[in-house]
Amino acid sequence: MTYLPKPKLAHPELQKNDLGYTRRDYEGSISTLCAGCGHDSISAAIIRACYELSLPPHRIAKLSGIGCSSKTPTYFLGNSHGFNSVHGRMPSVLTGANLANRELIYLGVSGDGDSASIGFGQFSHSIRRGVNMTYIVENNGVYGLTKGQFSATADRGAKNKRGVENMDEAIDMVGIAIQLGATYVARSFSGDKNQLVPLIKGALQHNGAAFIDTISPCVMFNNHEGSTKSYDYVREHNEAVNFMDVVTGREEITVDYEPGTTEIVRQHNGGLLKLRKLANDYDVTDRVAAMNFLETRKARGEIVTGLLYVDPDAEDLHGYLETAEKPFNALTDEELVPGAAALAKLNASLR
Amino acid sequence: MSPQDAAQPLMGSTVPPIQAVNDFVVKFANVNGSGSASANQLFAKAILRMGIPVTPRNIFPSNIQGLPTWYEMRISDKGHMGAREGVDLMVAMNPQTWDEDVKSIRPGGYLFYDNTKPLPASKFRADITVVGMPLTSFTNAAYAVPRERQLFKNIIYVGALSALINIDPKVIEDLLAEQFRGRDKLIAANHKALHMGRDYALAHLPCPLGLQLAASDKVGDRIFIDGNAAAALGALYGGATVCAWYPITPSSSLAEAFTRYCERYRKDKETGKKRYAIVQAEDELASIGMVIGAGWNGARAFTATSGPGISLMSEFIGLSYFAEIPAVIFDVQRSGPSTGMPTRTQQSDIKICAYASHGDTKHPLLLPEDPNECFQFGALSMDLADRLQTTVFVVLDLEIGMNERLTAPLQWDDSRKLDRGKVMTSDELQAGKVFGRYLDVDGDAIPYRTYPGTHPTKGGYFTRGTSRDEFARYTEAGDAYQRNMERLLKKWDTAKTLMPKAVRTDAAAPTKLGVIYYGSTSPAIPEALELIAEQTGASLNQLRLRAFPFGPEVEEFVDAHDTIFVVEQNRDAQMRMLLINELECNPKKLVRVLHYNGAPITAEFIARGIAAHINPTPVREAAE
Repeated sequence: MTYLPKPKLAHPELQKNDLGYTRRDYEGSISTLCAGCGHDSISAAIIRACYELSLPPHRIAKLSGIGCSSKTPTYFLGNSHGFNSVHGRMPSVLTGANLANRELIYLGVSGDGDSASIGFGQFSHSIRRGVNMTYIVENNGVYGLTKGQFSATADRGAKNKRGVENMDEAIDMVGIAIQLGATYVARSFSGDKNQLVPLIKGALQHNGAAFIDTISPCVMFNNHEGSTKSYDYVREHNEAVNFMDVVTGREEITVDYEPGTTEIVRQHNGGLLKLRKLANDYDVTDRVAAMNFLETRKARGEIVTGLLYVDPDAEDLHGYLETAEKPFNALTDEELVPGAAALAKLNASLR
Repeated sequence: MSPQDAAQPLMGSTVPPIQAVNDFVVKFANVNGSGSASANQLFAKAILRMGIPVTPRNIFPSNIQGLPTWYEMRISDKGHMGAREGVDLMVAMNPQTWDEDVKSIRPGGYLFYDNTKPLPASKFRADITVVGMPLTSFTNAAYAVPRERQLFKNIIYVGALSALINIDPKVIEDLLAEQFRGRDKLIAANHKALHMGRDYALAHLPCPLGLQLAASDKVGDRIFIDGNAAAALGALYGGATVCAWYPITPSSSLAEAFTRYCERYRKDKETGKKRYAIVQAEDELASIGMVIGAGWNGARAFTATSGPGISLMSEFIGLSYFAEIPAVIFDVQRSGPSTGMPTRTQQSDIKICAYASHGDTKHPLLLPEDPNECFQFGALSMDLADRLQTTVFVVLDLEIGMNERLTAPLQWDDSRKLDRGKVMTSDELQAGKVFGRYLDVDGDAIPYRTYPGTHPTKGGYFTRGTSRDEFARYTEAGDAYQRNMERLLKKWDTAKTLMPKAVRTDAAAPTKLGVIYYGSTSPAIPEALELIAEQTGASLNQLRLRAFPFGPEVEEFVDAHDTIFVVEQNRDAQMRMLLINELECNPKKLVRVLHYNGAPITAEFIARGIAAHINPTPVREAAE
């Protein structure tokens, strides 16, 4: 049995959020991933982000594909409905779920094999459509569950555990996401919780397709010398363009920084992103500049992280389709069925 | 007949010309992209308006412009709607297919053609009546603009034919006025072209021919609609809100019709907002993924596709089966395998639909015979998918889906409630009702589900394609896996009680011979049985399958007969395979009658196949 329920030992003095939930209420079963796996840190970051935003856990739907990363939804948000779907096909399932009920928050969790190889098409098209979701790729450059084959995000020249070099060009998922019209794009590192948690919070508050590429080292198969997705390599090459805080409506915004170094972005739904700029003149709302910046820095061997692009006034798929506010799964028969009289009239027109 | 006669309006026939009233086949041979489709449709509708049943068939290539296309009309006061072999009146407008078109005319039949350019006598046949009209020169003299020449040429030949076979011109005028309502200039121009053709024919051609139409009352209150449109209406009435699809012939018009009907019937009257979402997906995998996502979240969802799409969707169909998620797939079959003949009909997806996906799986199928049943089953499929929490297929084919057919008026009972199946509510959860996603609490093997977001602390569960226990907890324990698989088999038994029953029609006298058929084979069966009775004196009991899994009535029928002909439109006798597999009956009892050349099956074909088996040396040959 691989199902391990987490013992419910709630400390009486555990802090509660605005909804009265403790951190525990956002947890799931005990992880069955390898000790030290980057994915577990991401699960923890998701738990913290949802707790801090005081999201009702049951109003989040968590969906995934197949692979190590796609197993993780079991390890967080235990009271939420989850869907571990088909390899590479989480985006379509999430899109359909989102169409059925626009009121829930949709969290898609996937891996680099799941989203950059087998599911590259679905990843691309869900981004293109502007599905309102937080799409997190837990990117380790290898297939973990099948023991260490390269994935499509492995860098050219990177070596696997046996020393074999990858000759294929890597797919840069943030570059693709920006190019395809994602309206919130970030990259982070599972080893940097302070950076990752606010990025997830911002994505959860974003209306539209939010994508976070999270480099998440595989301790078993891709954490060696010669890997470009190891803890050491990522720490050495990580170049953050900004550091972000998500400010909820209730918090007072205090300006205690030097003018020009901090930027406030107000998202459509009222959430505020407070960005401390680390790279000079980086404008997170300039899509073309973001693409240019990413390519330039990639050529220098840097792994650019942080919030890379945001369109705070983005539209989502429901907006494009002009769908009604009421969730489809709550529509009554009267709202759905035109009735006998309409049919009789239609019959008359078909003679 | 001599070569110089070829340019003359009329050449006589060496055999007596066919004389028929309201019972003949007219076929138009055209070039696709020439605008002939609407003229031909006008012709068919005019005949219907005269109260005479007509069954048109569009035979078209996988191409947009320049290749041959045919429009065949079976006119039958007796109401025979199956395709019939041979043509009585060929309207040959396509030089590319001239030889085969002329060859297909029955002895004593008629050929109408454009004699602007003389053709050698060798291009004709002596045993038919040839009617030539200088259509091109006539049209070119009247119109200067090339596009007008092309379009009005079609209306001109409709006008000429109306005089030749006696169609009431007033009926055509009315139809044109309806078609171009509000565009008076266009109506007048079309009326003018119609009468130009008609007047020419009356003055120069041997009107009337031996083929005649006479006003009748055999159409009744039936409507004229194609199966894809009717199925789309069924989905609409069945409460479908999400349609995700990928264009593929012959199913595209189903999703397009759904779009049209939703625009008309499903917009919020005050806000104009849509109570539906239609997404043209990037491929069939995404289409079915979206349908499953929506179904998981409590919306009724469907996709429309054809055989290649089913192949691509198979992995997801297995997920739907195993994780128990409602989905509806309209499969409008075409000739396979692979790309096959994409614009020709077949019933060759039966096997893949019944057992799609790896592992042990089986899926309910609905098998409509005509547009009316496409509507009924379209609506029913949504209820069944929710009730059974699995993928339900509505299996049409090109013949039903893409051709307009006379069919009983569509009906809806306003007291009917949509059956959402077993969904546990927030109140039930709050009251402490035990929720096990895969727990059989009612003995019908159908568990309860919850919609995501229902209750803050209860009813949440994890959906997965991996094995799990009754409470949706992941497990690799063999006994839990097996329990679940056996429950799914038990659910299959429940499905048998919910599917539409097969329709049995017994012969006047007791017989041990039976025939089983389904779908688009239906209209040819009554006529085939008439022919068999004529040729052999035998009569057969009939069973029309309407669904899979089979109900007990199918097993009873098979048990009660010594020889049963299973008529299908595929090579491998796929339905016969299902019958043998599911009923474990003696395969020797089930005789294959198989038609799979891509054309719709005919009564003559069925009669030949069955008669040859009943009486290996027929007393007299079938009249051919």
